[in-house]
Amino acid sequence: MGRRLLLPHTRRLMLFLRPMRYSASATATATAGSLRDPLHVCVVGSGPAGFYTAEKMLKGREGVRVDIIDRLPTPFGLVRSGVAPDHPETKIVVNQFSRVAANPRCSFFGNVTLGSDLSLSELRKTYDVVVLAYGAESDRSFGIPGEDLRGIHSAREFVWWYNGHPDMCNLAPDLTNTDSAVVLGQGNVALDVARILLRCTTELASTDIADYALDALRSSTIRRKVYLVGRRGPVQAACTAKELREILGLKNVNVYIKEADLATSPADKEEMRNSRIKRRVYELLSKAATVHQENNDNDRKELHFVFFRKPTKFLPSEDGSTVGAMELEKTLLKDDGATGKQVAVGTGEFEELKCGIVLKSIGYKSLPIEGLSFDKYRGVVPNLRGRVLSSESETATVEPGLYVVGWLKRGPTGIVATNLHCAEETVDSILEDDRKGLFTDPSGPKRQGRRGLLEILEQKNARYVPFDGWEKIDTKEKADGELKNKPREKITRWNELLEAAREG
Amino acid sequence: LPAQLLGPRSLLPSQAKPNPSSSSADPPKPAPRICCRRCVRLGFAPPVKMLSRISRLGVHALSRARLGQKSVTSRNQEEPIRACMNYVGNRSLCSATEAKVNDRSEQPKAKISVTFVDKDGDETVINVPIGMSMLEAAHENDIELEGACEGSLACSTCHVIVTDVDYYNKLEDPEDEENDMLDLAFGLTETSRLGCQVIASPELDGIRLALPAATRNFAVDGHVPKPH
Repeated sequence: MGRRLLLPHTRRLMLFLRPMRYSASATATATAGSLRDPLHVCVVGSGPAGFYTAEKMLKGREGVRVDIIDRLPTPFGLVRSGVAPDHPETKIVVNQFSRVAANPRCSFFGNVTLGSDLSLSELRKTYDVVVLAYGAESDRSFGIPGEDLRGIHSAREFVWWYNGHPDMCNLAPDLTNTDSAVVLGQGNVALDVARILLRCTTELASTDIADYALDALRSSTIRRKVYLVGRRGPVQAACTAKELREILGLKNVNVYIKEADLATSPADKEEMRNSRIKRRVYELLSKAATVHQENNDNDRKELHFVFFRKPTKFLPSEDGSTVGAMELEKTLLKDDGATGKQVAVGTGEFEELKCGIVLKSIGYKSLPIEGLSFDKYRGVVPNLRGRVLSSESETATVEPGLYVVGWLKRGPTGIVATNLHCAEETVDSILEDDRKGLFTDPSGPKRQGRRGLLEILEQKNARYVPFDGWEKIDTKEKADGELKNKPREKITRWNELLEAAREG
Repeated sequence: LPAQLLGPRSLLPSQAKPNPSSSSADPPKPAPRICCRRCVRLGFAPPVKMLSRISRLGVHALSRARLGQKSVTSRNQEEPIRACMNYVGNRSLCSATEAKVNDRSEQPKAKISVTFVDKDGDETVINVPIGMSMLEAAHENDIELEGACEGSLACSTCHVIVTDVDYYNKLEDPEDEENDMLDLAFGLTETSRLGCQVIASPELDGIRLALPAATRNFAVDGHVPKPH
């Protein structure tokens, strides 16, 4: 078999002939695979939740065939479009995911959208098991006046913008109308956004940041002052030590933290006693508050940590075209009897903060789809250890063959690795149901799996992107990146992505 | 032992099931797996694009430059020695014996015995050459220890629990970067470390490393949402 003949199916066959061991028992799996009935699994969403689920399903039972669909032509979800450009090590996990996709029992179908190319009920008729892993593509909002003024973006949109997501390439945020940017929220996404605004563009120039974003940042004036505003105190800040350490150590940035904000109550001390993360974050913030700030000349930028303030309204600029300032209310912490947590309550004292751009980083939110139960309050699909329930009420029943994993299951929190354990739980539920025979219905029609999916896509004339289509995009991006000393130059437009996937 | 280290099954040494291959003359040859850059280098690369291999090496160069990690460098220095030992055949039965090697310029490294305890309490005893990280050793012996960032101190998936506090104290204190990652580790304990940062050395002979149990901390009740 000559290597020159590298058609996709030939390559797959060659991979199959090499023993690819995913676990100690895999050799047994490889030979005995044909003895078990195939189990057709479809995973909707190709981020970490989707890929970890696919990997564990392939390891968990012989005869599993997994198809991963994604509405984008490119896989990997937020690893590609969420992780900041200056955090390349966090993206190394795509190597592991690529190995899963290369497994002959796994196929990737990009550019296939649940809800338009095919419905949930069609998917459930085609596959024995459907696992929804499509994450959270919307945002929490404040619901306060002025929130729809121009210049106010969610952090998700801004992050998608600088990461070259094809849905946000035309965002065109205005970074030149004043010198102040306000980021609402103090989690790691808020810190990412602030850090990208403050980092020297010479450093950003050698990352995989989208080219148009680099240009916009180079010419921006807004990066002089960045405010990170939280409604509670340093002990409640949702960021973690690594990201905080990084932003506090940025070149040419003066960090301002009020010592008064660092006072802790007994309730705060209790919170820190119970959480190593909070203790270390508080220590870092305390140390930063005492550092003598160097003279503020034109080269140095400012990062202000603002605590105990919540926004009450957004105010337009003088010409009324964009946001010009926001009104903030001072807050106090009170114990919430129901949850035992400390919550922020307004004190009736207000102040104004001028700004030219506002980035809301208060949380992502999942989107519901037709035919799927949804808990609007929590923004997740009601489930029991990954098994989808018909509603969030106590009398809900389990939906057969339908599962959920990742942010859609747990809410939009956690890191890449959190999905590892989340996927384990969902896969355990699936395998348990499989052992109980819940997927074998002798009276019903046999599910077609991949063949059925291809038929549906053909009927709808939907041109999907297979994994080697992504590999072509990947190769082109890396080649283009080499010319500019970047790890890759991302292709950011839908038509260009689909074109690159078909070339060659 | 702290209470959280005693999982559903006792972790007492008497339940150890020695790896059958450790009693034979030759060490288990790792099956060809496309699992890491070492396999790529040894020629087990799948016919996937060369560029992905280059980019992987590039990312490692980038992360080494960025973090100045000693561990990654020392692992790379051990590679030719390990490859050499696999080629020649290692006749050692226990950790203290040195391998007989022909004409090599470097001193061959001794091996130590390491026991991995998985989340179900099952044990595997392996031999690890001095200088190799526990993450690499686990992968070479098909122990299911995740390594999402491949040793770049950018994740916590290779989290292991050192079951014996005496062995834990023999390890060098974790650096800030490791502590930052441990903050986020699933099932964190007082004697937790990242497997990619625990490097085999003579005084660690006999160390036991437990993988965190999924059932222990993923309960809905009392679950603390992790930040992102």
